[in-house]
Amino acid sequence: MTYALIAIGGSLGSFKVLQVILAALPPTFKVPVVIIVHRERGQEAILAPLVQSHCALPVAEIEDKGRIEPGRIYIAPSDYHVLVEDGTFALSVEAPLHHARPSIDITFESMADYYGRRAIGVILTGTGQDGAQGMAALRQRGGQTVVQTPASAEAPGMPEAAISAGAAGHVLPPEEIGPFLVKLTEERP
Amino acid sequence: MTVAAQPELEDLEVRLLLEGIFRHYGYDFRDYAQASLKRRIRKALQAEQIRTVSALQDAILHDEQAMRRFLDLVTVDVTAMFRDPRLYVAVRTSVIPLIRNEPLIRVWHVGCASGEEVYSMAILLHEEGLLEKTRLYATDLNQSLLDRGKEGIYPLSAMQTHTGNYLAGGGTRAFSEYYAARYDRAQIKPWLKANIVWAQHDLVAGASFNEFHVILCRNVMIYFNRSLQDRVHRLLYESLAPGGVLALGDKESLQFTPHEAGYESLDRREKLFRKRK
Ligand SMILES: C[S@@+](CC[C@H](N)C(=O)[O-])C[C@H]1O[C@@H](n2cnc3c(N)ncnc32)[C@H](O)[C@@H]1O
Repeated sequence: MTYALIAIGGSLGSFKVLQVILAALPPTFKVPVVIIVHRERGQEAILAPLVQSHCALPVAEIEDKGRIEPGRIYIAPSDYHVLVEDGTFALSVEAPLHHARPSIDITFESMADYYGRRAIGVILTGTGQDGAQGMAALRQRGGQTVVQTPASAEAPGMPEAAISAGAAGHVLPPEEIGPFLVKLTEERP
Repeated sequence: MTVAAQPELEDLEVRLLLEGIFRHYGYDFRDYAQASLKRRIRKALQAEQIRTVSALQDAILHDEQAMRRFLDLVTVDVTAMFRDPRLYVAVRTSVIPLIRNEPLIRVWHVGCASGEEVYSMAILLHEEGLLEKTRLYATDLNQSLLDRGKEGIYPLSAMQTHTGNYLAGGGTRAFSEYYAARYDRAQIKPWLKANIVWAQHDLVAGASFNEFHVILCRNVMIYFNRSLQDRVHRLLYESLAPGGVLALGDKESLQFTPHEAGYESLDRREKLFRKRK
């Protein structure tokens, strides 16, 4: 099976973990990745170059109705929700959900809708409960789900919420998440 | 909110709902972006405590009030004064010089929601000494939003954010000059409203009604699919005077739209485009 999209959600404190995960992705990694990080307004200008400096794959900006291209890392812009539909991103400015915009729940839910089994969701360290519901929907539709081990998380709230929602297909420490994604998405002939 | 148990069935029900609304009420959501529209429909199910989209259709077709509530849910109306402050800096520096010498300036706010963006522009034009000779046309699909806009009463608590945005957007005066605070509300000063025309207008039905020097259509087309976006782009293009300026939302683009070549970029980052003469 070819996976359509990986979404990784966390709060700003998740940057260190992200760094570890992204460093494990080889330049040949094909499945597009979208990163949804809670943060203060206007910080995407800082985030994109920061992510790029830790990653061999090109980091691209999300624009409304932009095509989701293989081999790219996308960053959810601050103050917009990111939804997906048949190979493109669609943005929304509706009110924050669980105090978050971008909301991880909203992206996961639309991935569940459009990609189902071809979607992978990852939840990293963060306070609150964003992502748990969406991840449960994703899992229900046959998507793969990965949650950072609460013990390894600076803020275990989000991983714990995902686990108690029964959404976590795999619970892994940071250094195992990247290799797991690589193995999972390897295309076998 | 969870996903539907039977996605194909839900898709069918959604299509029937939109068709029904269009035929009965004339609101045409058939070419709205699917993912977001589905989300809103699921929200409506929750709010109405209804289980299926078919049952929602029943409620909406037989009850105008249910249609009103649905309209309020589907038209995402989140907005703010001087939202994206850098845009207003760019308008001050790059757009104002282009229109300053027009005898009568016409500005169209497309999808103005509750009017915050319109008042922001009115304030800017006032500070540039141009408000007197400007007409601002503020249109939206949803009449109840326009009514709020016309009233110009906003929660006082929002004014703190708005003031911050105003200052970041290049404002140099006391923002409190522009509204009167009463209890927990801020009322926009009447003189700011004098040159604003509020009117219901549906972008899907798509008639042009004037020629404008500046059109702002921000965070409206993100809710449309590609083909509707293309149609709306044609409408906007045809409604702009030669050399007129189009302002899109922060994350919107002209790329791959039919009129991309009809514009030059005025400010790439702030999504300001100038119609070629
Ligand atoms: C998110 S608001 C944008 C407000 C403002 N322009 C801003 O950027 O802050 C989107 C607005 O588009 C309006 N809208 C949606 N469909 C429309 C249509 N077919 N014709 C006109 N306006 C529409 C909605 O009613 C809503 O007020």
